[in-house]
Amino acid sequence: MIEFQWDWDFAWEVLPLLLDACKITLQATVLGSLLAIVIGLLLALLRRSKWKAVRYSAYWWMEFVRSTPLLVQIYFLYYVAPEWGLNLSPMVTGVLALGMHYGAYLSEVFRSGIDGVDKGQWEASIALNLSPYHTYRDVILPQALRAMIPATGNYIIAMFKETPQLSAITLLEMLQLAKIMGSENFRYLEPFTLVGLIYLVLSLIASAGIRQAERRFPKEGFTLS
Amino acid sequence: MPLNEIFSVLAEGALVTIQLVAMALPLATAMAFISGLLRLSEHRALRWLAAIYVEFFRGTSALIQLYWIYFVLPFFGISIDAITAGVVALGLNIGAYGSEVVRGGLLSVDRGQTEAAIALNFSPRQRLWRIIMPQALVGMMPPFGNLAIELVKATSLVSLITIADLTYRAKSLADMTLQVEEIFGLVLVFYFVMAQVLTLAIRALEKHLGKGMDRGGLA
Amino acid sequence: MSDYAVEFDNVTKQFGDNVLFEQFNFNIRKNEVVSIIGPSGSGKSTLLRILMTLEGIDAGMVRVQGESLWHMQKGGAWLPADERHLRKCRGHMGMVFQHFNLFPHMTVLRNITEAPIHVLGQSKEEARANGLELLRTVGLADKADAYPSQLSGGQKQRVGIARALAMRPSILLLDEITSALDPELVDEVLEVIRKLAAEDAYTMILVTHEMYFAREISDRVCFFDAGAIVEEGPPEQIFNQPKHERTRAFLNSFLNI
Ligand SMILES: Nc1ncnc2c1ncn2[C@@H]1O[C@H](COP(=O)(O)OP(=O)(O)O)[C@@H](O)[C@H]1O
Ligand SMILES: [Mg+2]
Repeated sequence: MIEFQWDWDFAWEVLPLLLDACKITLQATVLGSLLAIVIGLLLALLRRSKWKAVRYSAYWWMEFVRSTPLLVQIYFLYYVAPEWGLNLSPMVTGVLALGMHYGAYLSEVFRSGIDGVDKGQWEASIALNLSPYHTYRDVILPQALRAMIPATGNYIIAMFKETPQLSAITLLEMLQLAKIMGSENFRYLEPFTLVGLIYLVLSLIASAGIRQAERRFPKEGFTLS
Repeated sequence: MPLNEIFSVLAEGALVTIQLVAMALPLATAMAFISGLLRLSEHRALRWLAAIYVEFFRGTSALIQLYWIYFVLPFFGISIDAITAGVVALGLNIGAYGSEVVRGGLLSVDRGQTEAAIALNFSPRQRLWRIIMPQALVGMMPPFGNLAIELVKATSLVSLITIADLTYRAKSLADMTLQVEEIFGLVLVFYFVMAQVLTLAIRALEKHLGKGMDRGGLA
Repeated sequence: MSDYAVEFDNVTKQFGDNVLFEQFNFNIRKNEVVSIIGPSGSGKSTLLRILMTLEGIDAGMVRVQGESLWHMQKGGAWLPADERHLRKCRGHMGMVFQHFNLFPHMTVLRNITEAPIHVLGQSKEEARANGLELLRTVGLADKADAYPSQLSGGQKQRVGIARALAMRPSILLLDEITSALDPELVDEVLEVIRKLAAEDAYTMILVTHEMYFAREISDRVCFFDAGAIVEEGPPEQIFNQPKHERTRAFLNSFLNI
């Protein structure tokens, strides 16, 4: 057995590099979240379409994406996109995969948020002769948002924690960097532990932030403008 | 490579994936119940212990935990083979999420049930296992089903520590041949089918456990 | 042995800073049938819940069949009751709840036999035979294998009564057991209680808003307000010549519905 202790010198050497790589992680998370929100809203609306075929396709798409591994979806895009003539960088591939994967989860959040709004609100909007666009924007979504924001936040945190999977397609985010540092120095303890701690701290802070925000939401909902 | 050959290579990988699930699921379930119950314990130290486990494993991701167990533990003299590392990491990770399900499920049972059980002079242990738990289990099933699917999906991560599961074989095949669409398409279908089968099984279990219970009404 | 089945001795009970009972005294004789009436929030349920050990007390002493409920004597000193002591005392009592609280995952018969088997240690056959007998007395022999969700409210409550009786309590605590029922189902439940009261084998404390019923079966009626007994006495006296203005106002509010 090798005598093994925490090596502070090595830890201090790795930490700045890891924090630098954390920017890549955060970049992938932010872009992935934006895409996921767009896809999620789109799917949620498709699932309320008046055509049964559209509703069913949207449902099964969601079900399919949610029940297959993110890692395989990442590989799929990474290997198949070039076949289709698209040469995507690891970052773009990663953002697309994260956005698609979490978009499926978010669509369910959005759908149940929208369904949670009192039926009378739709009827009132019809009575006021509001267009569907204004009904969603001014009446439904502001009320649905309160229920949707915490769950959305939690999925974004989940996405953040899953970005290390992008190391599988050589994106140089935190975990990939830690792995390289580890194998070069034959010491995995410090880099992997630090990565874990960075994730732990950031996600605990983010969760606390969501809980705080949840407490402060106005009960009446928001005005979108 | 002909499609049926691809299929049989992948099917072998699927078998490995199923084995991983079969080993990690009992561990995850045990951890979920133990830590979920500890979080409701009267003893503060036990509650804390369980809370730390849950926060720790939910605050980082399965892949990092897997790497830590596989790459770091050997340096402490705990050598661990890839399969064990995979099972332990996934079991502990999913178990931490399951802990919340167990806790929430137990808390969601109507307070009147405990009161009736006290009035009938059941012991605290009997109250939990005969009265509260059987009712709580029914409500726990749908989130447990989701977690089981998360577990199936998470097994794909073990391909990154060279276990020849479904994902690993797909990637090696893709590197070897150029039939990437067929390979990854097929793999996605494999995972999807596994998830659907699991969902059906858990729905059946939920129905069995909830026999006679008309949820929502007063009993 | 004390002549009383239940004794409250200078009991104080508070919820946070809210004092509900202060130096509260109340005794109930063996096999007495006592009805408790009074406005909502006056402490009627809390009284029963203290007896059933669902609520603790802050001062004073409660005795059940002469035995102190919330305290136990150990080596000459009084200590707070532990679970074992509480379990010994609970055996004297049975409770029927306003919202039934039947176990939804068990059949009707198992609702009744579960505690006798696992708490009293009865054999399955014995518990089953007793359970079926009890179901016959409450008129539900044909529902043994049904689940609670398949019963009407009145039927559920009759199962609730049978379940409590199966533990062979000497004291029955009934907390507004007909309040959650549709009016047409009230009588079938009261009929069961009427029969039990006639047996003269139980000490019964019933919290109720069924004034005619209280008058008919009670040995004593107590009017509660704000955690105190404002007036008590034989039913004829309370209902015909209430002395207290508050009692009169409360009873009038019932006549005027
Ligand atoms: N668990 C509790 N926490 C705080 N206050 C309570 C609790 N239970 C009862 N109370 C208060 O005690 C008073 C008496 O309640 P209760 O005994 O239920 O009255 P009743 O059954 O006569 O309607 C009420 O004011 C109620 O608000
Ligand atoms: Mg009450």
